[in-house]
Amino acid sequence: MPHTDWAIEAKNLTKSYGSVEVLKGISLRVERGTMLALLGPNGAGKTTTVRILSTLLKFDGGTATIEGYDVQSAADDVRSVIGLTGQSAAVDELLTGRENLVMMGRLYRLTKASATARAEELLGEFDLVKAADRPAKTYSGGMRRRLDLAVSLIATPPVIFLDEPTTGLDPRSRLAMWEIIKKLMAAGTTILLTTQYLEEADQLADKIVVIDGGKVIAEGTAAELKSKVGKDRLELTFSNAKMLDQAVKVLGNRVADSSDKALSVTIVIQDNNEDIRTTLEVLAAAKLNISEMAIHKPTLDDVFLSLTGKQKSDVSQRIKETK
Amino acid sequence: MAVELVFEKKPRFIAAINDSLLMIKRSCTHILRNSDQLLGAFFQPIMFLVLFATVFGGAVSKALPPGVSYLDFLMAGIIVQTVAFGSTTTAIAVCNDLQKGIVDRFRSLPMNNLAVLNGHVISDLLRNSISTTVMLVTGLVIGFRSSASVLDWLCITGILLLFTLSFSWLAAIVGVFAKSVEAVQWLTFVIIFPLTFASTAFVPAEGMNRVLKAFAVNQPITHVVETVRALILGKPVGDQAWLAIVWCVGILVVAMPLAAWLFRRKTSQ
Repeated sequence: MPHTDWAIEAKNLTKSYGSVEVLKGISLRVERGTMLALLGPNGAGKTTTVRILSTLLKFDGGTATIEGYDVQSAADDVRSVIGLTGQSAAVDELLTGRENLVMMGRLYRLTKASATARAEELLGEFDLVKAADRPAKTYSGGMRRRLDLAVSLIATPPVIFLDEPTTGLDPRSRLAMWEIIKKLMAAGTTILLTTQYLEEADQLADKIVVIDGGKVIAEGTAAELKSKVGKDRLELTFSNAKMLDQAVKVLGNRVADSSDKALSVTIVIQDNNEDIRTTLEVLAAAKLNISEMAIHKPTLDDVFLSLTGKQKSDVSQRIKETK
Repeated sequence: MAVELVFEKKPRFIAAINDSLLMIKRSCTHILRNSDQLLGAFFQPIMFLVLFATVFGGAVSKALPPGVSYLDFLMAGIIVQTVAFGSTTTAIAVCNDLQKGIVDRFRSLPMNNLAVLNGHVISDLLRNSISTTVMLVTGLVIGFRSSASVLDWLCITGILLLFTLSFSWLAAIVGVFAKSVEAVQWLTFVIIFPLTFASTAFVPAEGMNRVLKAFAVNQPITHVVETVRALILGKPVGDQAWLAIVWCVGILVVAMPLAAWLFRRKTSQ
């Protein structure tokens, strides 16, 4: 195996369908044994990137290597070191969970004995023992995802692509999936995860690459990305418009944002709690009654919105709808 | 890791055959597990045979050579018709795999991609063997008799296998092209219906008008039907056998690489 520090390395990938440019030069690198989250709204190019890196899709320009193997010229070598799960892969619905696992194991060129033993082990790990001999079409959404992930792990490949592994799952199944992914990370697997859930990237990934419109628009750790957006903010809501106007006057140039509709004013909190106390005292002295108060930590949602400049991207829309 | 994984080290070619065997096993499991389809494979031939024999029997038997019953005449036609219609299943299976993303899964594995097509096409032979056996048994029950020898039956089996293979590969092309299972049904309807009915499968060519007859007697289904029929009735097969074999091999030689090429192209965009 050719040696390189990067388990996944893509340089300047481009891909067009006719005149539509889907990828406009994506570069990313994933250090061996870490997880990179590829974050972006629908249509950003996440799945296209994963499909290219997992040898499913030809691309127009750039280079990509997995564990040092070129995805175009050494596609079979790449396929023997990767596993793919998620919206761009599937399981056989008429076969049972066990049959799926054994068949895929054999296709990874495992011996029959190895494939059978490993299938048994994975069924146990993924809590599918009871359902092992039922056709996969009878599985619930969460079970099917678990089987899907188990299938891609049958030959314990060192690199795993998880393409939106929790999209459409209920909260409990999502947490179960996160636990499984964390175990994989602990075992030293290199993972590239795509997601439109900021929380997911925040919870799991070592590093995050934000893409939008086929381009990388930011990258770094979750903390780095958040610090770009700034400090914690205090949002104060008043009972009527008159009080709001007065509050805006009293606070002067500290006002970062105000909303007549929500009757609220937002200020950026400086370094300590003292700042919150003095602000509240100033308002109390002006006899302004605060009806609601909230402290906002910058979220990746903010990061995303500020980076893409979209007020209502698919992501925030979706998150609001699900709340 | 509790389980020690052992990988097989086989030459590429052997590994590719192994992949195809795994895919054949998969497709056969599909056939045996899909109870609707299996019922279809079982009862559709019975229905067709009994209906055609009873509805057309009286009218058509006058046009037949003396001493040949319509049931004995029909048997070859209905077997070939069932096989031709059965190839739709290959098209549907290929189309389904492409739609549902399982092909992507296979393509992300270090396997031979064409094994998927091989699996569906070869498993078609299994389903058609079931249908044909059911039909022959039903025929025997309602009075079908044949003077064919064991050797004749072997020839019949051989030509039907070749015909099934060639039509299944054609169907695989349809499956790759079609955007949905409905489209498959429509496409095969447009291709297979005219081919089977504008042939000598159900009626002799003598009563057809000139244009229809010219088409009917020169198309592959007629050649296959006539070959099987001659063997069943103990008549000389003449040129029909060679024509049937040339057609089937010709279709195979074109359809196999074309299906493979289209499949590769479709799945790497």
